[in-house]
Amino acid sequence: MLFDFMNLNELTIKEAQAGLRNKEFTAVELTQACLDRIKERNNELNAFITVCEESALKEAKIADEMLAQGKSLALTGIPFSVKDAICTASVRSTGAAKILDNYTPPYDATVIKKIREQGGVLVGKNNCDAFGHGASNENSMYGPVKNPYNLDKVAGGSSGGSAAAVADNMCIFAIAEDTGGSIRQPASFCGVVGLRPSYGRNSRFGIMPMASSFDTVGPMTKTVEDMAIVMQVIAGNDHLDATTVPEPVPDYNDELNKDLTGLRVGVPQEYFEAEGMDKEVRQIIEKQIKNLEKQGAEIFYVSLPMTKYAIAVYYILVPCEVSSNFGRLDGIRYGVRSEAKDLFGVYSKSRAQGFPEEVKRRILIGTYALSAGYYDAYYKKAQQVRTLIRLDFDRVFSDVDILITPTSPSAAFGLGEKSSDPIQLYLADIFVSPAASAGIPAISVPAGETKSGLPVGLQIMGSRMSEGLIMRVANNIKK
Amino acid sequence: MSISIEEVKKIAQLARIKLTPSEEKRHAGTISTILDFVAVLNEVDTEGVEPTAQVTGLEDVVRDDVVQVCDYKKQLLAAMPSINVNLLKVPAVFSDSEDVI
Repeated sequence: MLFDFMNLNELTIKEAQAGLRNKEFTAVELTQACLDRIKERNNELNAFITVCEESALKEAKIADEMLAQGKSLALTGIPFSVKDAICTASVRSTGAAKILDNYTPPYDATVIKKIREQGGVLVGKNNCDAFGHGASNENSMYGPVKNPYNLDKVAGGSSGGSAAAVADNMCIFAIAEDTGGSIRQPASFCGVVGLRPSYGRNSRFGIMPMASSFDTVGPMTKTVEDMAIVMQVIAGNDHLDATTVPEPVPDYNDELNKDLTGLRVGVPQEYFEAEGMDKEVRQIIEKQIKNLEKQGAEIFYVSLPMTKYAIAVYYILVPCEVSSNFGRLDGIRYGVRSEAKDLFGVYSKSRAQGFPEEVKRRILIGTYALSAGYYDAYYKKAQQVRTLIRLDFDRVFSDVDILITPTSPSAAFGLGEKSSDPIQLYLADIFVSPAASAGIPAISVPAGETKSGLPVGLQIMGSRMSEGLIMRVANNIKK
Repeated sequence: MSISIEEVKKIAQLARIKLTPSEEKRHAGTISTILDFVAVLNEVDTEGVEPTAQVTGLEDVVRDDVVQVCDYKKQLLAAMPSINVNLLKVPAVFSDSEDVI
């Protein structure tokens, strides 16, 4: 293979690994290509809050020494970026909120530690909606991220910076976080692959917690093969996260190579008949379903009647968990402390100045819903409907192996288009939220482009711990 | 379900977030709209349905009680907003402020 040294940043993990092992270029050259791309494009896209030029080049040099000795691990010398709501040792991690503007974590999140142990090179921290609160990346206190395909459009959220960075070749892959769609929806908007793992598959230790019963960590990559490589590195039990499951991690690459004969594909009608469903998006997904049929899959039209309640469940339970989790952000032990005449003033001013509007709104809703007299009407009711959403999926997964839906009812929407109406923005997550409630894995994979040139993502959901299967199906989706 | 500016003030105090009058007004509006939106759940019959608090089914996860190295003292001190030698400086807890509830 002949490499144009100007475009090393455009490589996939698999291509970059081959090039590094065959000594066609060095990890320093590969890292420099990503850093150059960041320099060239970040002013416009705003995908990075922090760029680690110096440490990245140092890490790349170490990788080159390893490679020279023939010691190559799963990700040796591969440049990656990380959502800023994930802790990285000695690298500022703001969560895209001013309350942590100066915060440098003392340790790496477990998934980051695992990637570094396998030789990954951290190039920077990605912009996102503050602490993951949003679906457009307009709730960042460091400005919105723009869509690399069209600068007037949003990148999606909350992991918009990570999606834009991968799509625009500012890194080779990224690690992000998905609470209710934060990996899959921006992956769809930016034309990259994004996986929300089963809750419990990947450790959440070192992730800034948003809604603990929903939060998951997953990769964003250029190809499904790359997804399998990164998942192989980060998945598994962690004694620092008691919610990780003991099930062994399968060989994901093996899974990719199996065929689709006899695969039972469910197409849930509620997702295709949803309000605001874009005709072009629908056609692209339907065409892909027909392609799977040609490859030997059987198609079944199924029903998930609880789908329409998923957003309401999410926007009760998440604010409740947020209002509790965010008690730690008070300006006392870390982060930015505002001056005031007494303790109450320090708390309330630090939080007023350190959180953007949407974070405040969710804390207020959660505080309200959990206050005396409202608990049964909101929190308990939503938890009960969450059970019904789970049972919906359990029932359907006894008849089919996977479900296919659009990731989002539309391609990327305009900057500012939905920012003044929280409900409109919440509804952008209508197809990604149900999997989050059920704790099942779901992947978004590029399925085509609209006539105006915007990417459209297809979502594949599977039963718990079926990451291998949904990646295999995703690997058979060709744009 | 609508929520008044007075209620927003009360919740904001419980949540320790200082709001400006215009924020109070705005949040009263948007939160009322959101509460109306989530009221759709009242359509669902949940009689006898167990609430879901977690999805893994894991129970009583324990590990050996072994001391582990956690050598972050310097970094933790560096991340503190205000320190005095090796101690975190905090504002006085007790005060006469009328804001305190």
